[in-house]
Amino acid sequence: MTTNGMAAGPGRPPHPVAEAAYVAIRRVGKSYGSLKGAVHALDGIDLDIRGGEFVSILGPSGCGKSTLLKCIAGLEKPTSGQIDIQGKPLNGPPDRLGMVFQRDVLLDWRTVLDNVLITAEFAHIPTASVRERALQLLWRFGLKGYEDRHPWELSGGMRQRAAICRALLCDPDLLLMDEPFGALDAMTRDDLNLELARIWQDTRKTVAFVTHGIAEAIFLSDRVVMMDRNPGRIIEVIDIDLPRPRHLAIRETSEFAHYVGHIRQLFTSLGLLKDG
Amino acid sequence: MMRRLQSLYESGMVLIVLIGTLLLWEVAVYLLRPPPIILPAPSLIWREFLITPGYFLQQSFSTLYTTVVGFVLAVALGLALAVGIVHSKFLERTVYTLLVALNSVPKVALAPLFVLWMGTGIEPKIAIALMLALFSVVIDAVLGLRSVDPDMINLARASRASSFAILRKIRLPNALPSIFAGLKVAISFALVGTIVGEFVAGSEGLGFAILTAQGQFDTPRVFVCLILLGLLGTVLFYIVEFMERLALPWHVSQRTGHAAAP
Repeated sequence: MTTNGMAAGPGRPPHPVAEAAYVAIRRVGKSYGSLKGAVHALDGIDLDIRGGEFVSILGPSGCGKSTLLKCIAGLEKPTSGQIDIQGKPLNGPPDRLGMVFQRDVLLDWRTVLDNVLITAEFAHIPTASVRERALQLLWRFGLKGYEDRHPWELSGGMRQRAAICRALLCDPDLLLMDEPFGALDAMTRDDLNLELARIWQDTRKTVAFVTHGIAEAIFLSDRVVMMDRNPGRIIEVIDIDLPRPRHLAIRETSEFAHYVGHIRQLFTSLGLLKDG
Repeated sequence: MMRRLQSLYESGMVLIVLIGTLLLWEVAVYLLRPPPIILPAPSLIWREFLITPGYFLQQSFSTLYTTVVGFVLAVALGLALAVGIVHSKFLERTVYTLLVALNSVPKVALAPLFVLWMGTGIEPKIAIALMLALFSVVIDAVLGLRSVDPDMINLARASRASSFAILRKIRLPNALPSIFAGLKVAISFALVGTIVGEFVAGSEGLGFAILTAQGQFDTPRVFVCLILLGLLGTVLFYIVEFMERLALPWHVSQRTGHAAAP
């Protein structure tokens, strides 16, 4: 197991921009003013996400992992530092971005198919040209026969599948997922983990996946970024050297258990998890 | 099918209660014999209507016309204001605050002022109807336009949607249930405004007819007008509700028999 700590100290020189970094995050800080003084949601975040890499961001609630994701999406502006996407400084949401949130935010007045197609409508792409692709995505995610249903007729897992199809419609290079399976039951979550792993295997999109599930993070990722709170910062980044394609059974292997053990131990030592 | 039967049953119940009330009224008047100037019997009111049905229908139509014009103008102006208020901090601080302040003035008291400004034609009546209806349109539309899941907006922004596209494809449809709630209140207020206008300076309409009948101590005539007014209000309300059904087949309140998929 290779681990490389990435905690940023004050005297640490900025990284040179790595050649292969799709997303380069340099000393990013984000603070909010409040009546009780500033809240430091993020402090000194340094992270490179390589093109085609699956990175999970793991941490307790309040560690700023969702804020970090929103900064990468260009939805929030960091108060300090800089984020480059493909070498260009980020200013607003980048091109070819797909997002999935914990709540599926499907529009009740649209059918499942029309919900998927809205991505194209926003991007001013004629929906007729992507209709076929939308249908294929829905079929691939097991929603065949539900294209013309409305979201309220679907279960939580199916709704989140539709939300993933919506994010994938315009074939994004960068997929940002904010606890997408956090509200689902364990079995549905397993299903969707497997489907996401498969689709990533086929398309090799660059993925940043925010979660508080340790097993989920290890199962899906090439690297797991662990964060702590007050202020939100990266405490460790570990490489997950497990063979791909991965099956759910990999979670019973000793290598997998080793990663889980390491992460649990780290969070326990920080008082974020209790042991017994 | 079950729903049809259910609604038929419910309408039947309403009809029975209504007829029962009229019968009770008729019998009470027959037994207690109050002077017709205090309380005429339903049969007398009906005969009064039959004397000059054309007159009553004409007055009803006049009131209906003023109400609908006032209402439509209030909806157009109200929605435009609401969109402006939601998109501009400046409008929110100025127009919205002003509207709330204005709403706490009993607006009916402003009616004579409108007559002074606009004369005794149909214009001041439309203006009063508009003014009374406007507030509930604006308040509910602002509420609806604001109650959007922030992640819905984030999602649209991540797809680089323009703010007009966000308004058209997300905010407005999302606000429709709330907007219609406001419209249902507004249509009744528009009718109240029209009647007030006709009271203050009218030469036609049900409000004018009521005042005229009052001047002649013709209570049965007043009752005819009141009943027509009630009918008018009810029909207008259900027309708005019908439009809501057409516009919102997806809304929770309209769903029937859709079980969630396993």
